[in-house]
Amino acid sequence: MAEQLKLEMVTPYKRVLSEEVDEIIVPGVVGELGVLPGHTPLLTTLKVGELTYRKGGATFHVAVNWGYVEVEDDKVTILAETAEPADEIDLARAKEALGRAEAALKKLDSEDKQFRIMEAALDRALIRIQVAARKAR
Amino acid sequence: MANLKDIKKRIGSVKNTQQITKAMKMVSAAKLRRAQEAVVAARPYADKMQDVLSGMAMRDIESDHPLLETREKKRALVVIMTADRGLCGGFNSSIAKAAEAFVKEQAEGFEEYTLRIIGRKGNEALKRRPNLEIDKVYENLTGNITYATASLLGSEIVEDYIEGKFDAVFMIYNSFISVINQEVTTSQLLPISPETEQADDGAYVADYIYEPSSVDVIESILPKYIEVQIFRALLESVASEQGARMSSMDSASKNASEMIDKLTLQYNRARQAAITTELMEIISGAESIK
Repeated sequence: MAEQLKLEMVTPYKRVLSEEVDEIIVPGVVGELGVLPGHTPLLTTLKVGELTYRKGGATFHVAVNWGYVEVEDDKVTILAETAEPADEIDLARAKEALGRAEAALKKLDSEDKQFRIMEAALDRALIRIQVAARKAR
Repeated sequence: MANLKDIKKRIGSVKNTQQITKAMKMVSAAKLRRAQEAVVAARPYADKMQDVLSGMAMRDIESDHPLLETREKKRALVVIMTADRGLCGGFNSSIAKAAEAFVKEQAEGFEEYTLRIIGRKGNEALKRRPNLEIDKVYENLTGNITYATASLLGSEIVEDYIEGKFDAVFMIYNSFISVINQEVTTSQLLPISPETEQADDGAYVADYIYEPSSVDVIESILPKYIEVQIFRALLESVASEQGARMSSMDSASKNASEMIDKLTLQYNRARQAAITTELMEIISGAESIK
């Protein structure tokens, strides 16, 4: 059994990271889920959320937006529509997006198609802010 | 013999044109590099997604998701990708021709065909053709391709498909082979047939745990798969467009140089002839005085 996991994270725009890590915690659609070396092959979808991985003593946080994770032979592949490491998040922009989404939600009827879109935008903004805050600490 | 002044004017105007074509070539070269990078960057994502889907097909996961079901062949939607601007060689016309032929020959054996056009030039080429039905045209889309654009197009197509407006969806676009080589590609977008997309080797046979369930996972991936396909095709199309424009502008610049050379030769000959005539006149004038 390998000591480490190979983590690969790709989005449509680029390969975000490809690293050897000790542990990964992903926001699975049915709940958070930790992956350690020697995990059984697994395939699950992700929701908008925070992904955490540990490498050496350090912990890293990444904001992900829809995607799925595949675990196989100590190789973890994450496909996400967007994935932003904590230090790449533009906090000001995220806050702005949050404000926009909140304002739009207040105006919209919950039956509206637009409502769900804005709700998703709100989720994304919240996660970004949450992840960005982790870096500051 | 052509007038000296006229030839000089022509040389000037050809030179101007050449400057423009040269500048356009440079711009396209810069844009091409960016577009190429985007194509390469999008590859791992699309490949991985394909891997997962074919992995699922190999494991015979049964799903009666509408996007997988093959229906009776009645109406087909053909999404064609062209550019918003011309001056790029045969880029737009080859797509328009391919689309026309696709409908005319009733490729894949459907009864009706509807076109959905991306790019102004495609619309200009096809809107006046009889017997072609165009349902939507998207312009100014290819300037800046984002995943969100593809996602929007994808969800529209998926929605129409699920509603039963179309029984199959095809894409016709230029795929990027090299800077000077683009290939018109027709591919089937819907229904998805994962079994035709063979996994390259037997690496993906491990049994997975699926969360929440295999069917849920595959069904959430399918619409995304469509988006990724569209995204990839858009990026390829944009890269091809820039490549096509770059090579056509390159040959235009070369043609302009050739023309300038020819005109300069003509100019010099005319000048020489004028000098000769003048000399003759002077000499014969001098002779007559003697």
